Amino acid sequence: MIKTLLARLHQGYRTNAYPKKTPALPDRFRGMPSLDAAACTAGCTCCVGACPTSAVSTENGVSLDLGACTFCAECAAACPTHALRFTRGFELSARNRNDLLTKGNSPVPCAPLEPRLRSLFGRSLKLRQVSAGGCGACEADINVLSTIVWDIGRFGIQVVASPRHADGLIVTGPVTENMRVALKKTYDALPSPKLVIACGACAISGGLYRTSIHQHGGVDSQVPVDLYIPGCPPHPLTILHGLLRLIGRA
Amino acid sequence: MSAKPLYIHNCVSVPLADVPACDRGSFCALMQEELDSRARVAAYFGCPFGSHVRLIAAIAHSRDGTIALFSCKADAEMPSLASSYPQLQLFEREIAEQYGISFAGHPWFKPVRFCAPFASGPDLFDRRIGDANFFAVDGEEVHEVAVGPVHAGVIEPGHFRFQCHGENVFHLEISLGYQHRGVEQLVTGAPRHAVRPIIETAAGDTTAAHTTAYCQVMESLASCEVPPRAHALRAMAIELERCANHIGDIGALAGDVGFLPTASYCGRIRGDALNATALLCGSRFGRGMACESGTAFDCDPGRLTDLARTVSTIKADFANAMDLLLNKSSVLARFENTGILSEADCRTLGVVGLAARASGIIADVRQDFAHGMYRFSHIPVVTHEQGDVFARAFVRYGEAMHSLDFVKELCAGLPEGGIRAACGPLAPNSLAVSLVEGWRGEVFHAAVTGDDGRLARYKIVDPSFHNWNGLAFALRNQQISDFPLCNKSFNLSYCGYDL
Repeated sequence: MIKTLLARLHQGYRTNAYPKKTPALPDRFRGMPSLDAAACTAGCTCCVGACPTSAVSTENGVSLDLGACTFCAECAAACPTHALRFTRGFELSARNRNDLLTKGNSPVPCAPLEPRLRSLFGRSLKLRQVSAGGCGACEADINVLSTIVWDIGRFGIQVVASPRHADGLIVTGPVTENMRVALKKTYDALPSPKLVIACGACAISGGLYRTSIHQHGGVDSQVPVDLYIPGCPPHPLTILHGLLRLIGRA
Repeated sequence: MSAKPLYIHNCVSVPLADVPACDRGSFCALMQEELDSRARVAAYFGCPFGSHVRLIAAIAHSRDGTIALFSCKADAEMPSLASSYPQLQLFEREIAEQYGISFAGHPWFKPVRFCAPFASGPDLFDRRIGDANFFAVDGEEVHEVAVGPVHAGVIEPGHFRFQCHGENVFHLEISLGYQHRGVEQLVTGAPRHAVRPIIETAAGDTTAAHTTAYCQVMESLASCEVPPRAHALRAMAIELERCANHIGDIGALAGDVGFLPTASYCGRIRGDALNATALLCGSRFGRGMACESGTAFDCDPGRLTDLARTVSTIKADFANAMDLLLNKSSVLARFENTGILSEADCRTLGVVGLAARASGIIADVRQDFAHGMYRFSHIPVVTHEQGDVFARAFVRYGEAMHSLDFVKELCAGLPEGGIRAACGPLAPNSLAVSLVEGWRGEVFHAAVTGDDGRLARYKIVDPSFHNWNGLAFALRNQQISDFPLCNKSFNLSYCGYDL
């Protein structure tokens, strides 16, 4: 008993203060891209060629699709004029797919749910997770939110074991053909009103697998999506920010 | 004169013409001879050559650190060796699924990932995902329990079919393929700059090991000499990955038996290990760290000091959490004698990595097939003889502690010099093989190049591919309620298996 208490003392209180205070991110963290259109050389497509997911475009000025971006920063490394760089901005989520197309000069708009849904889910949001392909890293960082460091329980958010108990789905992966039916069945098993959250580049756009014939290019090809959380995988802070934005608490 | 395999060391590239091409009879004889000599199949895969398919076998000899290579032009139907050598059964099924080559006499002939064949060839299986014609036990009071593909937690999809008598599990069959996204096919089709990011996601929790295996394959094909500092930084990432996963899994094991202090602490400490990786390269999962010809990030002295301090804290906190766990009789009562996998079964099934070491097999790529930093700095191999959940937890504990020491040592004495070398074009018509000890076990990568020096075939074998059947065996005669505990003690990858 005394040993347990001493261990408790050793381990200390570890839950971070987010959203009141933002925990520090490592200096090499790659978040929200910043694009300096003025520094961009006309006709140069170095960034486009360097991108593994075709997320960068130079048509009508350089732009970046956060929904496909893996934040590998190869485009920034390839840019001869340093017009493109990745900041430590972690607030990346959006309600609309088109809002993820960024010119890198303004924050990503992310409106909360409408008041009726906010009154339903604002203080209690139960999610069922469906992994529909992908590499398991998004799942790992969703799991992290349930550890004592992030403790999403304090916001009334919980991952539950049955779709019948859930208010929404948090889906990862590009939706492989082999998971298509299972995703649809899980979605149908949720009582209405229900939310769908697409977590990670795969779930938003197919990500690194978008050219594979074994997948369907993202969750919104199968079910309507209410929140897109970019990243490959998204940092736990990005996921939590997205969830709290959705229910109007950040 | 009988055919002989070509014996090579880890991370070596050879001209395809040097790989013995046997006829069917001597190929099978060679396979038997090799596997009878206490060697283990590392990979056995098909590779298209013009209009035919060549079967390539890579047999790992842990005792002298060599890999035996031999091949054979595949007929439409090959004799199956799976009955005599169960470690081959999944490889034969995979070849059948990918290239439409039938294996006569295979006792368990069914799809592996429920995907269409790679090439336009015969399609042997009438597929519907999950429709695996499960082995069923018949009899009074025998019942079947089906779990998945979508599970109760935040976990990847897979289907588990239990044949039970009351609480007792007679047999468990695991049917996967839900995560299949075509990694091997994507890699051969993609432009070279897009390959590494895909490899990084072969198994998202084993990024450092898979990426290093890939880089080593490419470097050996390009005759690229990687600077020692880069080798050390890669090893750092691999060992931090091992720590993060072992610590997280021990926390999950504690959670599964309802011992919440260690569950909470380890959940948090795992995050610290992931953050240590992010200190290196900005990504908690080691994305972007290793790259062809070296690493993308270096470590200045200040960063190394930070890292060393973080690692010391992790070690103290983890030891504290383990001390609680290992001295709790209620925990030991659940861990001990649960989910036993015997050494003999491990050898029969070709189980690798920590699961094999927990059953008394002394095998570790870092020791047996040492490459890169592991040639200069040795990490003790942790084993246990019990083969139960406790043994697997204990091996993880030991390995995580040794890895933390190793990282700390490297922080104090990172080799000087650059982190990247020049990497030229790949040698045409060659085969390169690379093994890395990932946290679950042996990560195998092989590449075959064509006339143009481009990748014609890329083969990945995640340790989970060898080990899922080990879990199924460990469940025999266990209570079905112990499944989560046994499952977590292995914690195998769905995406690494499904690719």
